[in-house]
Amino acid sequence: MNDIAKSLKPEEYFIKDEPYYEAVGSEIDIFLAAYKQKIPVLLKGPTGCGKTRFMEHMAWRLKKALITVSCHDDLTASDLVGRFLISGGETKWIDGPLARSVRHGAICYLDEIVEARKDTTVVIHPLADDRRVLPMEKVGEVLEATADFCLAISYNPGYQSVLKDLKQSTRQRFVALEFDYPSAELETRIIKTEAGIEQILAERLVKFAHMTRNLKGSGLEEGASTRLLVHAAKLISAGISPVDACHTAIAQALTDDAEMLAAINELSSSLF
Amino acid sequence: MFVEVSEAVIQHLTQFDIETQDTLLELIKKAADTNSGLAYQLANRMQKAMQLMEIDTIELWLDQAIDVFDSKGLYGAIEVFDELESIAHNATQKLTGIAFEDVCNMLEHFVVGLNGRRLKIETDKNTFTDTESIFLPSIVNRYAEKDDNFQLYKCMVVLLWAQNWFGTWRQDLSENFSQYENPAQAKQWFHVLEIIRLDHKIKHELPGIHRQMQRLCELAEHPKVCDIIIRGQNIQNIEQQINQHSHVLDILELIPEVILQTPPTLSFYAGCLQIEQVELRREIRLIKEKDLFRQAIAHVLEDKKDKAASELDEDERREISAQEIPDPTMPDGFKYKLELEGESIEPPDGVESLMSSIIQDLGEIPDDYLVAAGDGNYKIIPEPEKNEEKNVWAGTYHEEGAYLHKEWDFRRQRYKKNWCALREVKLTAGSTAFVSDTIKKHSGLIKNLRRTFEILRGEDKTLKKQPYGDDIDIDALVEAWGDMASGMEMSENIFTKMHKEERNIAVIFMVDMSGSTKGWINDAERESLVLLSEALETLGDRYAIYGFTGNTRKRCEVYPIKTFEDEYDDKTRGRISNISPQDYTRLGVFIRHFNQMFEDIEAKTKILITLSDGKPEDYDGYRGEYGIEDTRMALLESRQQGVHPFCITIDKEGRDYLKTMYGSASYVVIDDVKQLPLKVADIYRNITS
Repeated sequence: MNDIAKSLKPEEYFIKDEPYYEAVGSEIDIFLAAYKQKIPVLLKGPTGCGKTRFMEHMAWRLKKALITVSCHDDLTASDLVGRFLISGGETKWIDGPLARSVRHGAICYLDEIVEARKDTTVVIHPLADDRRVLPMEKVGEVLEATADFCLAISYNPGYQSVLKDLKQSTRQRFVALEFDYPSAELETRIIKTEAGIEQILAERLVKFAHMTRNLKGSGLEEGASTRLLVHAAKLISAGISPVDACHTAIAQALTDDAEMLAAINELSSSLF
Repeated sequence: MFVEVSEAVIQHLTQFDIETQDTLLELIKKAADTNSGLAYQLANRMQKAMQLMEIDTIELWLDQAIDVFDSKGLYGAIEVFDELESIAHNATQKLTGIAFEDVCNMLEHFVVGLNGRRLKIETDKNTFTDTESIFLPSIVNRYAEKDDNFQLYKCMVVLLWAQNWFGTWRQDLSENFSQYENPAQAKQWFHVLEIIRLDHKIKHELPGIHRQMQRLCELAEHPKVCDIIIRGQNIQNIEQQINQHSHVLDILELIPEVILQTPPTLSFYAGCLQIEQVELRREIRLIKEKDLFRQAIAHVLEDKKDKAASELDEDERREISAQEIPDPTMPDGFKYKLELEGESIEPPDGVESLMSSIIQDLGEIPDDYLVAAGDGNYKIIPEPEKNEEKNVWAGTYHEEGAYLHKEWDFRRQRYKKNWCALREVKLTAGSTAFVSDTIKKHSGLIKNLRRTFEILRGEDKTLKKQPYGDDIDIDALVEAWGDMASGMEMSENIFTKMHKEERNIAVIFMVDMSGSTKGWINDAERESLVLLSEALETLGDRYAIYGFTGNTRKRCEVYPIKTFEDEYDDKTRGRISNISPQDYTRLGVFIRHFNQMFEDIEAKTKILITLSDGKPEDYDGYRGEYGIEDTRMALLESRQQGVHPFCITIDKEGRDYLKTMYGSASYVVIDDVKQLPLKVADIYRNITS
């Protein structure tokens, strides 16, 4: 393993291989239609249910670069739009990820948008309605988006605090796609494909996930996501016993509470 | 304090060294602090107790008796004392055994995870389920290893859960058994065959637990369920007739074939069938859930049709249908989806679990459940009105539905469990005249407060000379440039950065509504709340206001005046106007209640401010040191939880006891009641900035 990681500019990074994605409903068609009509898209859903994977898949389908920004509460408007830096005795403007996406006609995906402060989210407003422009006050320019550009944001309506709700003026600019955990049958298929384990094991893992989802609200904030299941399945296919895999990849990821951990471990050992 | 005892008791005591004597006398005193009769009973049993137990265990035994005394009185406590031998036996058992209280929380999570109706885990001398709870023995000590004993608990839980999940209780069992000459034998056979059926189901659904069950049987040298041999010539193939797809009806049909034989012994983890209790629960639940379900449907129809449920005609009421959809995770292999005019509808919150419970009972959603309730006012058929606040003193009173809180007893140096019953009582909104009068009266002050509070509000600040930031700090750049030109090292701190300080404070005001606040103290309290609310609205801090009053431990009441979710609107203003003096001041229980409330609130700083006029005091002994110590303890719990308690009082003598309770920096005494409204907002500003 002497490969050295390649460094690419975000707008030059294209996904070459088809990312595996199982459509639950008509989300792919809706996304394509919205893209064609230049309407931005909002993805809602619990953590680990496939929102980011869906975006990768769509970027691959549309053959566009995908520029992802993981939002956090220190993210400022200039982190998105860009800023002046000093270089060789003069100032030089550097595009932020949002400006970069507009300039190069890429897909800009703002992950967990509610984590960003409300005044930051406002900068996407002119891009998210029919104007489709990004004002860059500091350079005194307006960047006009081409038909290639696409804006998508995501958030998890479940766990954030009431303080971090999405503003009406923001959410009403988007077409919303709701994501949830897939049906048992589909989820089994996903795990099988992703990790290459046997049908029966995949079924049991999904059943275990449902058990933890039953506990949501009675001690657990969230049940096991599809992502966690895939992790556990990958450990299993690498030779770890199912009970240990569930313990490390799922139970420990869900909670620190000793009693709850014990209960979840007992649930997994009843299944395998 | 005197406790009269016989000479033999004294003589026995004198055998021990001075230290042990002191400890034993201390225990008797502890009992006497609760009740002198209790101390007498304890003293008389001391000799035997010393023979059987260590002193630590004796203390546990006494504590258990005191707990029972609190709930059942002296008679119950004596019963505990009389169980001396079994308690001593249990104490030794606890070394390898598992006690119910050590695992009940965990098992409760476990059983919720398994699916189906939420079952509570409780303890009882019999092991059974009544379809709403699972009852387990208080201690399990069959095996030498702790873990095996725990696994046994788990197997019991799974088997009883399986009865509920796989439909053991769907049929009218007592009626079915009554057709036999010997109903008891029929019941026993049913239990045996049903366990064989459930064993198949568990083997298929939860293979891990099935392995445990088999292992435990092997360890105990007990035949496994699959090895139960059913004797008799004609019925040999009976076991083959039961498999993982069998239904409880199949089992009932098999009974006549075996009824004449003696049933085999059951697995030791099988527990028993308490059919009467199940049928009682089921009957109440069926009525309640049918009602709830029909109301939920009415609610959906109201939304879709945009008219009140009472205006729906007969056909419209029946428009919702339930369609089976296959779902291999369900015991029957399908679940239901609600449809209206061919389109599936998302069931409202809680209805999914309601449907699941109904299906667990009946195996389907019957047609008469799918008729929307007519009156549209969502009242459940009232259960016996035991939860109602007005029935506290009535014979039907029950602690169910109230929040139960512990209380610290400093004499015993331990908590009294579930000692206080607290209820939230709605305060009706009055006219807002009082509020508008106050605003008029203090208009200058309010303006002033708003201004000072505005300054507190988190403002944007531009930080200069930052190593990283949104913009270039030209002054710093020029300076750095100059430095570099003159050959010095150039500073890296040449950016400006916006810094936003956000206040993240949640505060609960608990307002004393005890009788002693009558008159202008009450007025002053209300005025303070008005001024505070006005100021806090500017500041944007999250706040809640609750009134509290108590009349003995059974009747502690909080009045939500403004919850965190409520707006500061006319309704809230009306409630502030309506705060009126009631009974007594029992503090600890309320502090604990608000501590609990704070657990669900996400905030960097949590503050609990008490507005009060005096010492904690209530009937039933809650006064003096007892009340102060309990309050102190409750406040300690607050601090441990990261809540900052603060007290504002107008009791001039308050300085002494408040220091004990709150610590020297966390209270303020206001000498003049009239000053209260002027000061409160000021104090708030001080403690939050």
